[in-house]
Amino acid sequence: MKEELEKRIVKGPDGIEFEVEPLRDYYCEAAPTVMPQAYSKIIEGFFNWARAESLWILGFGTGCGAIEMRPLMTPRFDAYRYGVQWRPTPRQSNLFIISGYLSVKTLKRAIRSYEQMQNPKYVIGLGSCTINGGMYWDSYNTIKCLDDYLPVDLYIAGCMPRPEALLAGFEELKKLIRAGKAEGANQYAENFEWYKANQKKVILDWDMPDYNW
Amino acid sequence: MRELLESLTTPYSLTDPVEQRPDLAFVTAGRGQLRPLLMHLRDKEGFTHLVILTAVDWLEEGEFQLTYLLSDRTHGRDIGVRVMIPRDEATMESIHDIWPTAATYQRELREMFGIDFPGSTRLNEDFILEGWADIPPYRRDFDTLKYADETYKQRPGRETRDPAQHMKEQLYPDGK
Ligand code: SF4
Repeated sequence: MKEELEKRIVKGPDGIEFEVEPLRDYYCEAAPTVMPQAYSKIIEGFFNWARAESLWILGFGTGCGAIEMRPLMTPRFDAYRYGVQWRPTPRQSNLFIISGYLSVKTLKRAIRSYEQMQNPKYVIGLGSCTINGGMYWDSYNTIKCLDDYLPVDLYIAGCMPRPEALLAGFEELKKLIRAGKAEGANQYAENFEWYKANQKKVILDWDMPDYNW
Repeated sequence: MRELLESLTTPYSLTDPVEQRPDLAFVTAGRGQLRPLLMHLRDKEGFTHLVILTAVDWLEEGEFQLTYLLSDRTHGRDIGVRVMIPRDEATMESIHDIWPTAATYQRELREMFGIDFPGSTRLNEDFILEGWADIPPYRRDFDTLKYADETYKQRPGRETRDPAQHMKEQLYPDGK
């Protein structure tokens, strides 16, 4: 366990000493919960339409695929015309693109970022590395099956898929969301134990709370 | 480059000089000679930049080869100094006081090859592998495939094809 996460006595600016237990005091212990549908089908349909039209991507690049985002967000492919844009923090985004292989070290950060995103949220696995390990299938340090660790709504195959493939992927994702089939966040909440068990199997130095909300 | 190699060979008892290109050469030094040699190259010959410090595992010989690649920007030339060290309980003198950047390379070598550099800053902190418990993965006796199969779930249905053969079948299905 890292030193900064251990229980300790802290002296406040007013001279009063008090105990801090970072894992309990700085994080919420409650596990994620399933988000219920809106009270009427029409309203839920309307929500889904609105969600589909504003995909905000977390600016988190991993593997080779992050490089495909630059042409995608600049005038050549201009994803902004589809209502897609990039955000600097997990709190403002609802789409997480895992853009290639995930080493165990990055997986840890990806989980933390994913859990900090607001519901409803979606995950796209980009490139063959996220699907079955790709060319890193025998690597000692990358995971091979992304959907064991995070709920993936859509995979885009290729090594590396070009920006056009991503644009097509966004359109597919919009269809899924509008049809009410992109329920990744709820899936994560329902199978929370299973996801955590898988994550802990590969992340050997688990030094964070179970749910990083 | 040649004059430089000739002038260094005797005082530092260097072996195996290789002039790979007119602007790139490699020499092998004894481990005791390394520090004076690096100091000389840095202060007298203008090799002010440590490009990389890396290792090769010679498993059969029971040795690690460390390569210190230095660059002389003014004259646009590079020299690689090789040092062989025994593989068992490998340790090497740290050079982080000559180039502070070396500390990062040494930290990486410590993690990936298990080579110790006593005194180097933050040497034992995790670098890329967090919580690694197996033998260091860049050692050649580490079985990557076995480790990957045991640790990670592979998705079933993966096939491997010979690219040349596969393209031939795709492009000329009738075998011509
Ligand atoms: S799928 Fe190919 S391009 Fe993408 S991260 Fe893997 S190796 Fe790199």
